[in-house]
Amino acid sequence: MTPAFVVRRIGFYVLICAITLFFAVPMLWIASAPFDKSPGLGVHWPDWTLDNVRKTLDHPYAMHSMVNSLLICVTTAVAVTAFAALASYALSRVRIPGRDALLYGLLLLSSVVTGTAAMVPIFVMMFQLGLIDSRFGVALVMTGGLLPAAIFILKDFVDAVPKSYEESARVFGASTLQILRDVVLPVARPGLATILVWAFVNSWGNFLVPFLLIRSIDKQPGAVLLQTFTDEGGSANLSVIPVFSLLFSIPVVVLYLLVNSRYGFRFHGGIKS
Amino acid sequence: MTTAPAPVPGRPARVRGPAQDVAGLGVARAVGFLAPALLLIGAFLVFPAIWTIYIGITNYRLTGVEAVSPSIVGLANYTKALNDALFHNALWLTVLFVLGSAIVGQNILGFALAWTMRRARPAVRRTVEGLVLLAWILPSTVVAYLWIAFFDRDTGTLNSILGTQGTAWLIDYPMVCLIVFNTWRGTAFSMMLYSSALQAVPPSQLESARMVGASGWQTLRDVVFPHIRGHVLTNTLLISLWTANDFSPFLLTKGGPNHESETVPVYIYNVALQGGELGYSSAISFLLLIANLLVALLYLRLLRRRS
Repeated sequence: MTPAFVVRRIGFYVLICAITLFFAVPMLWIASAPFDKSPGLGVHWPDWTLDNVRKTLDHPYAMHSMVNSLLICVTTAVAVTAFAALASYALSRVRIPGRDALLYGLLLLSSVVTGTAAMVPIFVMMFQLGLIDSRFGVALVMTGGLLPAAIFILKDFVDAVPKSYEESARVFGASTLQILRDVVLPVARPGLATILVWAFVNSWGNFLVPFLLIRSIDKQPGAVLLQTFTDEGGSANLSVIPVFSLLFSIPVVVLYLLVNSRYGFRFHGGIKS
Repeated sequence: MTTAPAPVPGRPARVRGPAQDVAGLGVARAVGFLAPALLLIGAFLVFPAIWTIYIGITNYRLTGVEAVSPSIVGLANYTKALNDALFHNALWLTVLFVLGSAIVGQNILGFALAWTMRRARPAVRRTVEGLVLLAWILPSTVVAYLWIAFFDRDTGTLNSILGTQGTAWLIDYPMVCLIVFNTWRGTAFSMMLYSSALQAVPPSQLESARMVGASGWQTLRDVVFPHIRGHVLTNTLLISLWTANDFSPFLLTKGGPNHESETVPVYIYNVALQGGELGYSSAISFLLLIANLLVALLYLRLLRRRS
């Protein structure tokens, strides 16, 4: 134990503490502010109250926006999973002419065309289709955006499903439909569940698409409504924002924990980005 | 849409692979399986990308809710961009944002965490990694509000910690705030990527570096880095791409005050939907698309070489 070693150790622990604090301190806000009589006002032990929760539940649009989020995100997640499952199975098992080029194109698309780069044409297109202010329209745009990456993640899963299972089903005379329904689908279930959660989490946090496409406040999902809490009176509504933030985060965190415990969390190039 | 996740990094893109149609799907039905996905991708990704090019060469404007029928003006929007001081400002701020929060912030913090947590006690490791991951999992609007509250002039935690009463961080130092915010939010990705990369470094080499008395820094440079060079490159490309396209600066500052935090995505929004200049903003969008394409091609090339 030389002095240099001791100094280095101490420095090391100070650094770790600093990094941990950097990540923990803002997080304490979301844990304490919802139940604090005077949220903000610096570091202090919260003056516990449930007033904010009541105010949030009474807010005319707060809970309503959660329902909107749910509608949009469930539609998106189900559509993404269903269409990506069909596409990735076809791409994994059937030699379609131009398959490799198609896969390469999808891979490029998934990172090149982002919401910010395509916001103007998407806005104009939805405007001309009369899909402005439509929750279904928002779900459609999100589905299109998530599909290329979803196909890739799922194709990895499907590639890993042993073909021998399908072969033996075939030997016993199962039809194509039976093989898909009774063999492939059950084996691919962890992959499908992952994609379902991944698509849900991604669309739940998406701000730009509903912000662009939805005009009326009663159709806004939570991600956008949070923003209007500030704009109403010019300053932030500190009794509603913290509770709402907490409530809005719960589904995502719960889903993550669920996937993590059941299937083991695989860090797919961005389960969320 | 805003979330365009890239394929699993650190693994080769499996573009080629055996196809064995055991279930007897046949090409025709396989194409039917592909159709819904391709249709949606075509309508909401490919078509908008192409339409950006067209709108970018017109003087398409938005007045009120009604769009005036546009006429083609050639490359006028692009020459306008060349001389637009606000666009130059947005470009510079985006570079600063990417350099500060992705290339320096997330990269270095992510690596430092992966490196130090490698041999930490499991309980410590779980806690630290859990916190960092939670920052990544929370919805971005929530994270934005968390930081707005943290930076607030009157009620913010930061002023209370530092004893700097009355500093309006988001107004006085908007870019610093954005860089801190994005570093906090995105570090988990780099941490996870480097954690798995570090497992590929042979322990025997680390051991022998220790035996010959190499310092920590020498070990990193001469033993660890050569092994993870590819990961560093892919990680840097990916997080730069995401950061450059990130719209959440809008949530914190709306680009203000006085354009001091107006990155390219926020500028595109402000020009298009605040200013109504759809043609001009599409030209800028197209430039962003080209930049994305170049980075993505570089990334794919790297993946290929490593596979």
